[in-house]
Amino acid sequence: MSKQLNSMIEWIDKRFPMTSNWKAHLTEYYAPKNFNFWYYFGSLALLVLVNQLITGIFLTMNYKPDASLAFASVEYIMRDVDYGWLIRYMHSTGASMFFVVVYLHMFRGMMYGSYQKPRELLWLVGMAIFFVLMSMAFTGYILPWGQMSYWGAQVIVSMFGAIPVIGETLSNWLLGDFMLSDAALNRFFAYHVVTLPVILVTLIFVHVLALHEVGSNNPDGIEIKANRNPQTNIPVDGIPFHPYYSVKDIVGVVVFLIIFCGIVFFAPEFGGYFLEHNNFIPADTLKTPDHIAPVWYFTPYYSMLRAVTVNFLWIDAKLWGVILMAAAVVIFAFLPWLDRSPVKSIRYKGPIFKFALTMFVISFFVLGWLGMKSPTPLYTLLAQIFTVIYFAFFILMPWYSKIDKTKPEPTRVKK
Amino acid sequence: MKTFLFIFCMAPLLVFAAAPGIELDKAPIDTTDNASLQRGAKTFVSYCLTCHGASYMRYNRHRDLELSKSEILDNLVLTGQKAGDLMLTAMKPKDGETWFGVAPPDLSVIARSRGADWLYTYLRSFYRDESTVSGWNNLVFDRVAMPHVLYEQQGEQKLTIATTDDGKVGAKREIKKLELVVPGTLSKSEYDQYAADLVNYLVYLGEPAANDRKQLGIIVMIFLFGMLGLAYLLKREYWKDIH
Repeated sequence: MSKQLNSMIEWIDKRFPMTSNWKAHLTEYYAPKNFNFWYYFGSLALLVLVNQLITGIFLTMNYKPDASLAFASVEYIMRDVDYGWLIRYMHSTGASMFFVVVYLHMFRGMMYGSYQKPRELLWLVGMAIFFVLMSMAFTGYILPWGQMSYWGAQVIVSMFGAIPVIGETLSNWLLGDFMLSDAALNRFFAYHVVTLPVILVTLIFVHVLALHEVGSNNPDGIEIKANRNPQTNIPVDGIPFHPYYSVKDIVGVVVFLIIFCGIVFFAPEFGGYFLEHNNFIPADTLKTPDHIAPVWYFTPYYSMLRAVTVNFLWIDAKLWGVILMAAAVVIFAFLPWLDRSPVKSIRYKGPIFKFALTMFVISFFVLGWLGMKSPTPLYTLLAQIFTVIYFAFFILMPWYSKIDKTKPEPTRVKK
Repeated sequence: MKTFLFIFCMAPLLVFAAAPGIELDKAPIDTTDNASLQRGAKTFVSYCLTCHGASYMRYNRHRDLELSKSEILDNLVLTGQKAGDLMLTAMKPKDGETWFGVAPPDLSVIARSRGADWLYTYLRSFYRDESTVSGWNNLVFDRVAMPHVLYEQQGEQKLTIATTDDGKVGAKREIKKLELVVPGTLSKSEYDQYAADLVNYLVYLGEPAANDRKQLGIIVMIFLFGMLGLAYLLKREYWKDIH
């Protein structure tokens, strides 16, 4: 039997690089042995992606991308399709959990300097994935055609309208109509189930490929490839990804699934944060809800959109909001060139960086919280203050990362 | 770092006070109580379904409530409809608009958008108001188009507004109170139970699979915790030789 199996593998290997790839990416891909808690989120993001793809396919079988049928078809899935409720909740919870793991994954990169040389391109591909993921979330949230789907999309679409000269044409082109309607629902459905998933999967493939080229960073932020065993040429602090990290990631996966299934089975609305209450009202083009709030993962950016209240430099407040919001997302991509610190990891960076990162995290949470609230003068002021802090983290980085007092890096990774 | 985290956690408490509004009563419901759900279903088809549809729900789904097909046909299904039909209302949306100004909304998922407590308070907060078209008003839904359909059971309430003034500037508050002026066929506690049964049913109607979901969830959780133990042991075994 094993002889036959070996000859079969040999047959394939002569025609397709199976064994060599298996080795290069799993059994002989050497990852630092000191990965901690923060290093689970990459593989978890992959797990959520698979969850979204599979549940998404099954949802597509019963969902109707038609403005007059969409809402009812979602309820049909919830009631009449066998285990439709489970598939739907797995997909809706997966959408929010995708952002949870991706935000934590990005935060890990910021803490341990994973964007620094030689991983700039890896970081940029990751940022592209983040943009596509946001587009996925936006186009997907429209599909149930509830009040929040409709009016949330209306807010985002009106942002394109704020762009001078081409804005109106652009938004008409995007919507396929002069207003958000059936035509838009159809094309957003097409983007959500075909265009964006193809781009997303491709980018993730490139992301992993880029990672395996440069090798993983680690909590100490030192290059394990700099210290190899002279006989074997294997990094002394590296261990094969498979079986060591594959079995370790299984533990992470099960812990994640306990949280994930806890939400799916016991709190699928998650208190109105994952499935908003107002989205159980069918879209009504004539009735604007009192309070429009995007889903939680967009609220930090939504806060910034609303934070600008004055026209400034011939540009009106609304456009400034759009510019700020876009800049808040894009600015992550510049991190590799903003950080002038000689060390990568927060473990060896100085107090200014620790303070700056803490302030950044606080501003992200406060802005996120404010984005869920109706604006009041006090909230708007807070949003303005924390928007400044958010941007200060990035804009002042070239300066503070240079003068910050760093500690010497070790030569070997620590446990 | 810890100080910042502390300030960060506490900041919302300092700055933000709760928004004023009508306090909602907690709905005393239990979606596993089939007797209550059956009573609620009966009330729903007798009173609500006349104007409101539950058009994502099928009659035969009420097997969930331990009703047999013939019981469903006898007690719930409107004449001329089949057990597998959707619970559509007889009223045309156009007629609703003519009679009430707005078409009565579909109630399939109303409990998911409004919440059980809101519905429970709403059903008990109608009062006589001659200034409205229908002659009824509601504490939690000002100038609601819907008249008090259950007034025979509850009776008629009147609104009294008392102002409290404890001396402080700006501390004047209006306290709105409802008073029963014409008694209904049910006593106050009986009507509360009647409303609670209906709300219980509306919550069930919002997500009929909810009980199955929780039951399946327990099995999944037991499986996952078992798997966690195994996964951990496997990891520990492999990692023995990593120092």
